[in-house]
Amino acid sequence: MEIGLNHYLALSAILFSIGLVGVMRRKNLLLLFLATEILLNSVNIAFAAISHYYGDLTGQMFAFFVIAIAASEVAVGLGLLIVWHKRHGNIDLDTMSTMRG
Amino acid sequence: MFEAIAFYLFAFLTISMFYIAVTTQQALYALSAIAAGMLFISAFFFILGADFLGAVQIIVYSGAVMALYAFGMMFFDTTREVKEKHGNSMIVLGLSVLVAFLVVVIFAVPLVSGNITALYPIVEGAGNTQEVGMVLFTKYLVPFEVAAIMLLVAMVAGIVLAGKKMDLSLTLMNEAQIRDMRDEENKKVLS
Repeated sequence: MEIGLNHYLALSAILFSIGLVGVMRRKNLLLLFLATEILLNSVNIAFAAISHYYGDLTGQMFAFFVIAIAASEVAVGLGLLIVWHKRHGNIDLDTMSTMRG
Repeated sequence: MFEAIAFYLFAFLTISMFYIAVTTQQALYALSAIAAGMLFISAFFFILGADFLGAVQIIVYSGAVMALYAFGMMFFDTTREVKEKHGNSMIVLGLSVLVAFLVVVIFAVPLVSGNITALYPIVEGAGNTQEVGMVLFTKYLVPFEVAAIMLLVAMVAGIVLAGKKMDLSLTLMNEAQIRDMRDEENKKVLS
């Protein structure tokens, strides 16, 4: 049985929806960041698969940039999270409502 | 044949790992499951012939990003159970399926149109790493440098945000001292 592009796209969609469920369910901000990593990784799989099946390296390039963006997002996000935790003692999403109108 | 076996095996492993990561109540289990899932995703990159991308995935994601998360997890109280939002689960499921379907359509529409030509075709007789280098340092040189500057900015931001009060050790202070310090900081913020 031949594995085609559609197999990889279906896998990418499944992983993307798992990540979305995580983003919508999680209340703890650290685990919410983990769920965004799942989203970025599922898109990377789609990029690499299209790059392979069309013989074009652009997909791999974009996957590299996605990885770079994910790394810097984690660094800044965790820094902000540590500052918040030092101030308030928790990282629950529902308690962050100081700007609620 | 072997490609199909490898694809289905790693697809099953990745999906189950990420499922564990979004459903478990323990933060440590979620972290371990994500790290395993990242490793299994690198297997897809190796199957697809993107060797360099697979190596970068292992080094950056399973190495650096997961180490950062583990480091961040030491600051937070991860031993207690994680509370969850209990919204309408049907809405969550429906929205997720809808958005995933939209993503597939976004990817599939240019494929169906069928007039795709490779902008930077794969060079014969060169390894994947060599090809990546050739494209990255010619056509994508400016985005590459911008990404380097972005990583530098992120590093400075991480040090500035997390490095404050690093000379104080929260584990060596007793509860009253921590409370006093927090009250003082809150006063500073409010004033």
